[in-house]
Parts: sequence; C-alpha cells; structure tokens
Amino acid sequence: MITLFYLLSGALFIIGLRGLGSPRTARRGNQIAGAGMALASVVTLVYVFDHAGDNDLGVLWWVIVVGAIIGGAIGAFLALKVKMTAMPELVAAFNGFGGGASALVAFAEIVAVGTVVATNAPFATETEVTVSLSIAIGVVTFSGSFVAYGKLQGLITGKPVALPGGPFFNLALVLLMTGASIWAVGFNEPLGYWILAAIALVLGVTGVIPIGGADMPVVISLLNSLSGVAAAMAGFVIGNQGLIIAGALVGAAGFILTVQMSEAMNRSLANVLFAGFGTEGAAPIDAGDKPVNSATPEDVAIALAYAQKVIVVPGYGLAVAQAQHAVRDLAMALEEREITVEYAIHPVAGRMPGHMKVLLAEADVPYDVLLDLDHSNPRFPHTDVVLVVGANDVVNPSARDDSTSPIYGMPILEVDLAATTVVIKRSLAPGFAGIDNPLFYMPSTMMLFSDAKAALEHIEEALADL
Amino acid sequence: MSPAFIQGIVVFVLAAFVGFEVISKVPPTLHTPLMSGANAISGITIVGAIIAAAFADGPLAIILGLLAMAFAMINVIGGFLVTDRMLEMFKKKPVAKK
Repeated sequence: MITLFYLLSGALFIIGLRGLGSPRTARRGNQIAGAGMALASVVTLVYVFDHAGDNDLGVLWWVIVVGAIIGGAIGAFLALKVKMTAMPELVAAFNGFGGGASALVAFAEIVAVGTVVATNAPFATETEVTVSLSIAIGVVTFSGSFVAYGKLQGLITGKPVALPGGPFFNLALVLLMTGASIWAVGFNEPLGYWILAAIALVLGVTGVIPIGGADMPVVISLLNSLSGVAAAMAGFVIGNQGLIIAGALVGAAGFILTVQMSEAMNRSLANVLFAGFGTEGAAPIDAGDKPVNSATPEDVAIALAYAQKVIVVPGYGLAVAQAQHAVRDLAMALEEREITVEYAIHPVAGRMPGHMKVLLAEADVPYDVLLDLDHSNPRFPHTDVVLVVGANDVVNPSARDDSTSPIYGMPILEVDLAATTVVIKRSLAPGFAGIDNPLFYMPSTMMLFSDAKAALEHIEEALADL
Repeated sequence: MSPAFIQGIVVFVLAAFVGFEVISKVPPTLHTPLMSGANAISGITIVGAIIAAAFADGPLAIILGLLAMAFAMINVIGGFLVTDRMLEMFKKKPVAKK
C-alpha cells in the first residue's frame, strides 16, 4: 500500500521534470515535483508511526524534528539569500548534501545491524553490495560537489590541477575502493565500509580537481546524476521503492542533461572529464607586439549613438561583475534614441548553460529580444555595433578559422562580422580555454579595458552628454 | 537474490528509462533550472533519512540519522526554493515597453 503512494509521488516527479523542460510550464513543474516530495515525506512519516514497535527505543521523533529544523533552516536561508550569479555553486553545495545524506543512510543501516544483531537479521549479500555502492557514490558526490563549489567560488584554483599519473591515479583509487568493498561484503568486515568512505572522499576531490572551472557546470550536472543513483542505492539498502523510483529517475534525467550540456560546449563528456582543458601546454600568448584599438567609454558612446542596430553579447564577465542591470539601463538609453538593441546569448554564456537568461530576466530584460546562436549569427553582418561584455572564448573567430586551435569547431557568435565590435574586458587575459583571441586585434574592434559594470555605467553617462 | 531485491531492480531500470525519455528535448535556456530542479528531486533520500533517524538505536546511529536528516533537508528545501526563485524571474516578463 505504501508503495502505491511512492508510485504516485514518482509520477508527480515525472510530470514535474517534464514541466521543467519548457519555459511556460517550468515553474509549475517545479511545484509539482515539490508536492511529490512532500507526499513521499508524509507517507514515510506515517510508515514510521505504524512501525513504532519495531524499535526497542520507540520512534526517535526528536531526531527527525531536530534534523529537519536545522537542515530546513539552512537550506531556506541559503536559497533565499543567494545572489543569482552564485547559483551554480549553490546547486553544487545542495547536491553535495544530498549525496552525503544517501551515504549516511547506508551507514546508519550498517550501524543498526552492528549493534542489534539479535533483532536484525544479517544483510543478504546483494544488499551489502548496494550498501557499498550507496556509500561510494554518495561520498564521491559529497566531496566532489564541494570541490566544484570551491572552484566556482574561487576558494580553489579554477585551473585544472594535474594529478601524478593523470587519470590512472583515480583509476587506482577506484580499484582500492573495490578492494575495500570486497573486504567489507565478502568477509563481513564493517571496517571495510569506513575505509571505502575514506577513499571515496579522496576520489571526489581528485576526480574534480583536474577539471577546469569552465567545465564545472557539466561536472555539477554529472554529480547531480550520481546523487540520484546514490539515493536509488540507498533505496535498495533499506528496501524502499520510493527511493529507487525517484533516484533512478534523477540519475537518468541528470545524465541526459549532462550530455546535452557538454554538447552545447561542443565537447564529449569523456573529453570534459579526462582532458583538463589547456593542461597540455596552451599556445603561448604573445600579445605584446600586436596592435590593439584601445577605446574610452566616450569613444564607445559615440559609436553607439550613431548606430541603428546594436547587439549585446553578454558573457561570464558580465555575470561576475553583476552588470545585468547596468546593461539593461544602457539598452534603455539606446532605445530612447530609437536604436534597436538585441541580445545574442551563446548557449554556454554565463556560468552554466541557460544562466545568462536567468540573469537578464532578473534585470527585466524582455524575453523576446534574447536571440539564440542560430538567430544571432545571420544578423551580425547587418549590425552596426556589437557590444561584447565580458565574453571571450564564445566570440573567438579561431574556433571557425584556425583548425589547429583547441576550440576549433566550437559554435561561436560571429561578432567579427559586424561593422564595429566593442569588447569590454578587464584585460587581454585569455578566457577559460587559455588561448589568444584574434578578435581583439582586428581593426574593426574597439577594446575597452574595464570592469563590465563600471564600463557600462560610464558609457551610459557619456551617452547622456552627447 | 530475494524477490524484493529483484523487484527493486525492475523498478530501477524502468524508472531510469522514463528519466531518459523525459529529458530528451530541453532548450539550453532551461538547463540551469532543470539541473537545479532535478537536484531537488535527488533529495528524495530524505525518505531514507527519516527512516534512519526514526529507528536509530544507539548514539552513533542517532548522530548518523540526525546528520542524514539535516543534509537531506538542506537538499530538499534549498533545492526547491532556489529553483522556484530562478523560475519566478522567467515568469514576470515585463509588458512590452513604451
């Protein structure tokens, strides 16, 4: 009977995920999934109430309540307080807690068996295997997510860190974990599970740290998928179908999303995970002798004032500088002069795919002037001024022209085809791909070296004075 | 293998196929909210946490249950709230200016 309710909550998750796949129904979808979660929780509480006699100590309601209040308060506080630009790392952190919880559930189960051997039958071998998997996957998700968090927050270097032995280092850890599991399961040695957890903790770190900061969204998405699998394994451990349904669902859905994200960056998933972008000696950058058109905000304001059609290309730098309101204000000032302003959004602009649209939506930029890649590129040749704000690799013409470039073949916004391209950037420093950008040295390009937000505000002031 | 375990495998495989199908056609715009939403659903481990917390039978089990409960709640509450906050912004499209 209880399984039927879990089935219902599983159905709500499916409807919810489906809703999340389309802009019109997304919010409703999230609410439906939330209802599914509430249903699953209530059903479980009823189950616990019914089985109160199973435990010599009775049901420890206070443990549930105290844990729920602490966790709920922390979760709500973080969710409501976080800035929209810090969204990716917050998702990573939440995900880490979820994976950790699954591992803890499996541990609690072993501990319970260990202390009340008299009342609890020993586990069947297959269940012990799922205990190992739940711990291994859950703990890797936990530590891996927090490394991803640290990389995005700048607490850990965003650059790929090379491991001794490269991928073989992690392979060795996986073999060690297999050994620990066999010891734990085959020889009924609980200590094996703790050793397994310790190695998994290390693997989460060493698995994520060689991957560059730009690829973190893909990593977070993959870890999200893993935390679903960990939940499903925990479901096998405690014999709960609700966990298995929802865990498998998220595991699979998260995996598809991960593949889609790496495709949006024109990379294979294996390439993201095992080939630290730029670690194998990125092309040296010799910007020293190449001429650059350095511009002042006033120059840019004049160029904009005499344009008829302007396209803004927002990138990572805009997200970091939180300049989404500044860009909106500038666009409104231009529109008052009857200049058309549109936005060209690269699929991976911002810090995660889709992140830029969230930021611009927050700044009340109307949805219908946001162009995707396929609609933007035909428009650049007919555009007077393209304003690139804090983007680099996604507008690098090398991806189209230079077959030796590491990013060759990546879809880009062809901003170099516009009459004038203004690039607002703090310096000539390379982007995540670690390669030089020929766009910066083109005669039709004006470089404005500044923080994105300050630059946009200066341009707007200069425009008002014209 | 026990019948319950085999039934679990059946459910796991079928649910995974549903998961693959449900996601097949998502515009990149929604990748971020979808990832966040899926992350909230992976907080389903709260079900396990409730059971672990309720039936804890010793100090160590109580600590593990309490931590599991708190971690899972952070994932669930934080995950759904933050996804909703993100999607709320898509919703309030300003009426065409001027």
